[in-house]
Amino acid sequence: MNVLKRIIAAVRGGALGVADLLSDTDGITALEHQLIEVQGNLSKVKQDLTDVMGKQMHSSRESSVLKMAIQQHELEAGAALDRADEVAALKIAEKIAELDAELEEQQQIHSLFSSHVARLRSLVNKTERQIKDYQRQLSMVRTTESIQKASTAIAQNYASSNHKILSARDSLEQIKKRQQRTLDLLEAAQELEEETGEKTLDERLEQAGIVGSKINANAILNRIKSDRS
Amino acid sequence: MNTNDLALRITDMASYNGYQLECQPIPGMTDVLQITVQDYDELPAFVSVTDSQILCITNLFMEAEVKPDTRGQLIEEMLELNIPMPLSAFSKLGDRFVIFGSMSIHSSIEDICHEIVTLTENAVEAIDALQEYLIPDAVREEGAG
Repeated sequence: MNVLKRIIAAVRGGALGVADLLSDTDGITALEHQLIEVQGNLSKVKQDLTDVMGKQMHSSRESSVLKMAIQQHELEAGAALDRADEVAALKIAEKIAELDAELEEQQQIHSLFSSHVARLRSLVNKTERQIKDYQRQLSMVRTTESIQKASTAIAQNYASSNHKILSARDSLEQIKKRQQRTLDLLEAAQELEEETGEKTLDERLEQAGIVGSKINANAILNRIKSDRS
Repeated sequence: MNTNDLALRITDMASYNGYQLECQPIPGMTDVLQITVQDYDELPAFVSVTDSQILCITNLFMEAEVKPDTRGQLIEEMLELNIPMPLSAFSKLGDRFVIFGSMSIHSSIEDICHEIVTLTENAVEAIDALQEYLIPDAVREEGAG
């Protein structure tokens, strides 16, 4: 099922078409069920994978134990040969042959588990991709539903509004007028600030005796004069 | 997050970067919010939340407002403007040309407000730019759905 094609068909059918798309048992409900099923599959495959990986680790541990035992026995056989004890050496060699056979078996089991793990891993990847794909398709359908609702809301809102419904050009004009008014106000405020703001600030400062270098210089001169006398 | 959470969070924020946003409920519609950016009252954004995304839509003009003989040109121009226009794209809902933006459900409230403000400003810009394709004295006729 190509979801986009279904959506196009639904949208062409208007609100009813979208309602059909959402209640379509072959379409969306099936998609939802498929998603749930695949998600179930994924968790089962992951469980299997964990299981097989555990077995793989176990067999690799067994192999290394066997390898160590073989090494140990080889040393012992060497020591027996050093003692010229052929009988003991042969007995040990027989044990080594047994261990070798076991090791080979264990390595076969390990490679079997390894290929199983690789197969399950690729299955997990494929299943995850399928889930993502179903989710993407479902998301498109749900978005179509949401758009339908928004569209209804927009239409309802304009239909129920008591104000005169404006065309795009009229709306633009209103907004531009308002923006111009805001700009004019800002400009006027700035001009007012430039004309009167600084002056009044200076006046206030002067009144408070804070500004005015003459006043300050006079005060300092007076202080110096009084200090000298 | 659903539309109610979104409405509360936008109302809680007094303003975003100097823009005042106003959330108005739409009677009978709980899934869609109407959000107006101050000074752009004529072009409200309609916001809805799905399980994967947040959709913001602003109405541009109706099919009836479009000059029929240059309609193809208008649509081509809108397609070409889609990429350069930041955060928004043109679309059509029934007989309504709209501008929209969609964002992740995990977006922050600041990102959502930024989207709404940008969408509204883009809408003004777009109508201004596409004016020549609109019938000068068109009367907007609204159907119920």
